[in-house]
Amino acid sequence: MIIKQLSIFLENKSGRLADVLGVLGDAGIAIKALTIADTSEYGILRLIVSDDAKALEALRSEGFSVNFTDVISIATPSEAGSFANILKIMAANSISVEYMYAFSFNQKAAIVMRPENITRTIEVMKSQGIDLITSSELRAM
Amino acid sequence: MIWNPTFECMSREDMHRCQSRRLSDMVERVYHNVPFYRNKMQEVGIHPEDIQSIDDLSKLPFTTKQDLRDNYPYGLFAVPMSEIVRVHASSGTTGKPTVVGYTRKDLGTWSEVVARTLTCAGAHKHDVIHIAYGYGLFTGGLGLHYGSEKIGATVIPVSGGNTQRQLQIMQDFGSSILACTPSYALYLAEALEEFKIKRSDLKLRVGVFGAEPWTENMRREIEAKWSIKAIDIFGLSEVIGPGVSAECSQQDGLHVFEDHFIPEIVDPVTLKPLPEGHTGELVFTTITKEGLPLLRYRTRDLTSLNYQTCGCGRTLVRMKKCTGRSDDMLIIRGVNLFPSQIETVLLNMSETKPHYMIIVDRVNNLDTLEIWVEVEQEFFMDRISEFQNLTRKIQHNIESATGLGVNVKLVEPKTIERSEGKAKRVIDKRKF
Repeated sequence: MIIKQLSIFLENKSGRLADVLGVLGDAGIAIKALTIADTSEYGILRLIVSDDAKALEALRSEGFSVNFTDVISIATPSEAGSFANILKIMAANSISVEYMYAFSFNQKAAIVMRPENITRTIEVMKSQGIDLITSSELRAM
Repeated sequence: MIWNPTFECMSREDMHRCQSRRLSDMVERVYHNVPFYRNKMQEVGIHPEDIQSIDDLSKLPFTTKQDLRDNYPYGLFAVPMSEIVRVHASSGTTGKPTVVGYTRKDLGTWSEVVARTLTCAGAHKHDVIHIAYGYGLFTGGLGLHYGSEKIGATVIPVSGGNTQRQLQIMQDFGSSILACTPSYALYLAEALEEFKIKRSDLKLRVGVFGAEPWTENMRREIEAKWSIKAIDIFGLSEVIGPGVSAECSQQDGLHVFEDHFIPEIVDPVTLKPLPEGHTGELVFTTITKEGLPLLRYRTRDLTSLNYQTCGCGRTLVRMKKCTGRSDDMLIIRGVNLFPSQIETVLLNMSETKPHYMIIVDRVNNLDTLEIWVEVEQEFFMDRISEFQNLTRKIQHNIESATGLGVNVKLVEPKTIERSEGKAKRVIDKRKF
């Protein structure tokens, strides 16, 4: 259930994002999800890719500061109130979210999240009948 | 006016005799009282009787800042602690400061040379001397303080900081002489307008500025902005503090109070003495100090000496304004900083490696210090808050190790150039 996300430290300089994506493209790695958290001087690029081990190696050999982070992904129907329902469950179980990002496709939506306690979050979601996406499912999208 | 014409206008022959007598006494004293010096002299096969005059000076071994550190804190003192009445210290490279000790006689010598410094700058008993150097372990504040009292001037011991209060006091107390770093003098001049204080309401006429290198351009700027005479004063805590040398109103080199501190210029590589007028490393031998006498102490400051009699009548040797160093020490807002201090902080942190760059600049006449630190590949971080905490932690550790406020910037790995030889760790954008 745990998905390996790549977290990359980047300075806010033009061309740096293109550099990362270029390295991944050259290594034949496809990007499945992407988000950036930034400050005025630097940012953290977070990626879910088709081949995480290969991507880590390719980026490290190019000198990027990159690491894996454990995240989970939750599937919901792409309809009003479904996201809110998941957050209500988390709040009721006192689980806080470090960060999250989401995207929708066809009639479904996927939320990628780094919760405070990943194992407990998985248990809670399962007990509530919430659909968790595996990394192979996410990569196949 | 000349504070002590007997010594300040002594003929070169008399000075040679005076220095020779004091030097051989001093060598005799340290040989018997300081094991460190005795060992050093024995290593090179020199005995006190080999030093009969100042011409024998170059036979003596050198002393370095590292020697002071290795003997931290009191190892090089030449008198029992019961004779030491004051201790000062300057910042060190590994968190350990360089400690200096003064006997009662040393404090008298110090007041004397600062009295000469102030008189050289044109100060007298009717002046109100505003001391904006820091008071404390730093020698600037207290050094100027006792010299000012000695000439009978009115001392205002403001110490550093709080610009608005500085200007208010200058106006209300009628400060006529300002003592601080040259960059702070410029900063204060620009703050006048901000705090709506009129120059014409101030009685300032002379500034005695030191503790950091400054250029002739900066002098012109200070003199124009303040309409005062800006005088360069020089000193280092190891030798005594402020009062080692000072400019007179001719502003043509700093008169070294050489009846107390003998200056030499040596080639920083070969360590051979250089002839008059050649630029090299300034070396001092103290010949009257009791607490911490120094044999041929390498200051690392680069300058040259001039033995011509000055237009002011003083016969004392003059050193040129120091503008460079033979080591990598930076002087930031009057505080000494070695790049190795930053390195030590980063090495002591588990999250960082010593891949860093120091960027020094001068913005609105105040020195700024920025440290770029590379983010390590191995150090795991996925949240902005973690990076922010790391930045704050590095900042805090550097500040507590150096006493300097610093801006830390995280950069990507391999941003900072690696080189096989001496890595370029410092970009100093200030123009000296």
